[in-house]
Amino acid sequence: MTPSTPTRAGVTEPDRRLPALGGFAPGALGIELRRVLRNRRTLAFTLIMPGVFFLIFGLPQGGQSLDNGRPVAAYVMISLAVYAAMVATTSVGGAVATERALGWSRQLRLTPLRPAAYVATKLITAMSLGLLAVVIEFLVGAVAGVRVPAYVWLLSGLAAWLGSLVFAAFGLFIGYLAPAENVMQIIGPVLAVLAMFGGLFVPVEVLPDVLQQVAKFTPVYGMGVLARAPLTGDGVSMAAVANLVVWALLFGVGAARLFRRDTARV
Amino acid sequence: MTSTHPAVELDGLTKSFGAVTAVDGLSLRVQPGEVVAFLGPNGAGKTTTIDMLLGLSRPDTGTVRVLGGTPDDAVARGRVAAVLQTGGLLKDLTVGETVRMTSHFYRHTRPAAEVLERAGITDIADRVVGRCSGGQQQRLRFALALLPDPDLMVLDEPTTGMDVEGRRDFWQALRRDARRGRTVIFATHYLDEADAYADRIVLVRQGRIVADGTTAEIKNLAAGRTVRATLPGADQAALAALPGVDAVEVRGDSVLVRTGDSDAVARHLLTRTAARDVEITSRNLEDAFLALTSAQTGA
Ligand SMILES: Nc1ncnc2c1ncn2[C@@H]1O[C@H](COP(=O)(O)OP(=O)(O)OP(=O)(O)O)[C@@H](O)[C@H]1O
Ligand SMILES: [Mg+2]
Repeated sequence: MTPSTPTRAGVTEPDRRLPALGGFAPGALGIELRRVLRNRRTLAFTLIMPGVFFLIFGLPQGGQSLDNGRPVAAYVMISLAVYAAMVATTSVGGAVATERALGWSRQLRLTPLRPAAYVATKLITAMSLGLLAVVIEFLVGAVAGVRVPAYVWLLSGLAAWLGSLVFAAFGLFIGYLAPAENVMQIIGPVLAVLAMFGGLFVPVEVLPDVLQQVAKFTPVYGMGVLARAPLTGDGVSMAAVANLVVWALLFGVGAARLFRRDTARV
Repeated sequence: MTSTHPAVELDGLTKSFGAVTAVDGLSLRVQPGEVVAFLGPNGAGKTTTIDMLLGLSRPDTGTVRVLGGTPDDAVARGRVAAVLQTGGLLKDLTVGETVRMTSHFYRHTRPAAEVLERAGITDIADRVVGRCSGGQQQRLRFALALLPDPDLMVLDEPTTGMDVEGRRDFWQALRRDARRGRTVIFATHYLDEADAYADRIVLVRQGRIVADGTTAEIKNLAAGRTVRATLPGADQAALAALPGVDAVEVRGDSVLVRTGDSDAVARHLLTRTAARDVEITSRNLEDAFLALTSAQTGA
């Protein structure tokens, strides 16, 4: 060993290869998930509150039925599952704003973690919390006596969950828009208004006519229609599908652009 | 790996923010194994230079080579690690989780338990970061930087905001860890820190290097005192001829004498001249800078 060799005597030279998958690692994902599940505010708003909403607004509809004979309580339950999933995924994506404000993103740039691997971790965390939110809402419903065919549970659940990907992207979009430590306090009310237009709290049909027209263009509308379609048996309109796709693209592309601006070295 | 590349090669770096030129044509070469202090007052351009060195920002002009490659590559391979001046920790993770999370991003790291131990924070591994003191958080940043066992460690004012004891503990941890062959570059305001821990000091002012030498050389520049007096029509040549005098400056009715022997100057002023209001002050770093810049232009 020559004196200029940057190694300690008796210590082998560290492995200097690049990490696989840009540093994406299940271990880090695990810590990330635990971190989310430890956050009391997140748990209250995504896992507990929607369940309580169901007990308050869904249960009293106990005996009533939709036009096709299915229980109104199931309609409320599915709507609130969509709501729970969208709040869950938004809060995880939006946490990027907090991490940027704290300088964690800068710290990450001093590690091999690639920005894309970071976003992938956030998306998987968001979708995991979203899935948990849907499952818990359905569990509350089932325990409270909601009975629908198995395919309704499955398809509605999948639609609520996968549709919330739009909001994972929305969360990231907001997260990269501005660094702020308490971003959910700002977007929480926005989500509530969007949920209202999406027919998650009351059916869109009871809104005034003008608002009904506006509602069709807001980002929760498509998700709501798709998630409830297996229950109501209503055909899925092209408008609802287009709504979902267009908003997914808008938020996805928006988040990607802001993300690139953020990681560009200045 | 036997590397013949310098640890750091900065060549003609320039960086401006609007009208402010933060770094102004800075060139520096650091050899493997050197411990270099980047010493300078607030706003000297230390952080801006370090950001470019780490690839966190791009120079307007000039080039950066770290361990023979780009900063990004050195970072991705864990060959360079840094303790930044501000931020960078998640308050809701525990100390241990922060270390483990970060270790997952590398192909290979030292064990988490080992770096916690070396940074002296094993006992607070289960504490949530938000409840750690500034000094403990700084040691956590240090532990993170130890993970990849880097060839080059960069620290930006690592002890800012710590009390005397915290500073001493931090440097002791760094010392304990100092392995032969690891290059260390740290920015600081404190001459005593630079003196105690560096073998080379680079003085920066207004984005330029104004002096670069061994610790002893730089310390000599900051040693000595300044004697100031009110003395209209001072005889500069006579003062400059006194033993130990480095420089004489006349500002209106005032005369400033930089000297290694302030007693001799004061005695001369009070006994041989009509000087009034004689003041003697220790020379601080800023004076050293001034001495340096004037020495350079005078040469
Ligand atoms: N992002 C920025 N936008 C505008 N001006 C900046 C920015 N970053 C640094 N500057 C300016 O550039 C100059 C150099 O700043 P820098 O932070 O590099 O100094 P420093 O030597 O690290 O100082 P300190 O000892 O206070 O940390 C200062 O005048 C500072 O105000
Ligand atoms: Mg600085």
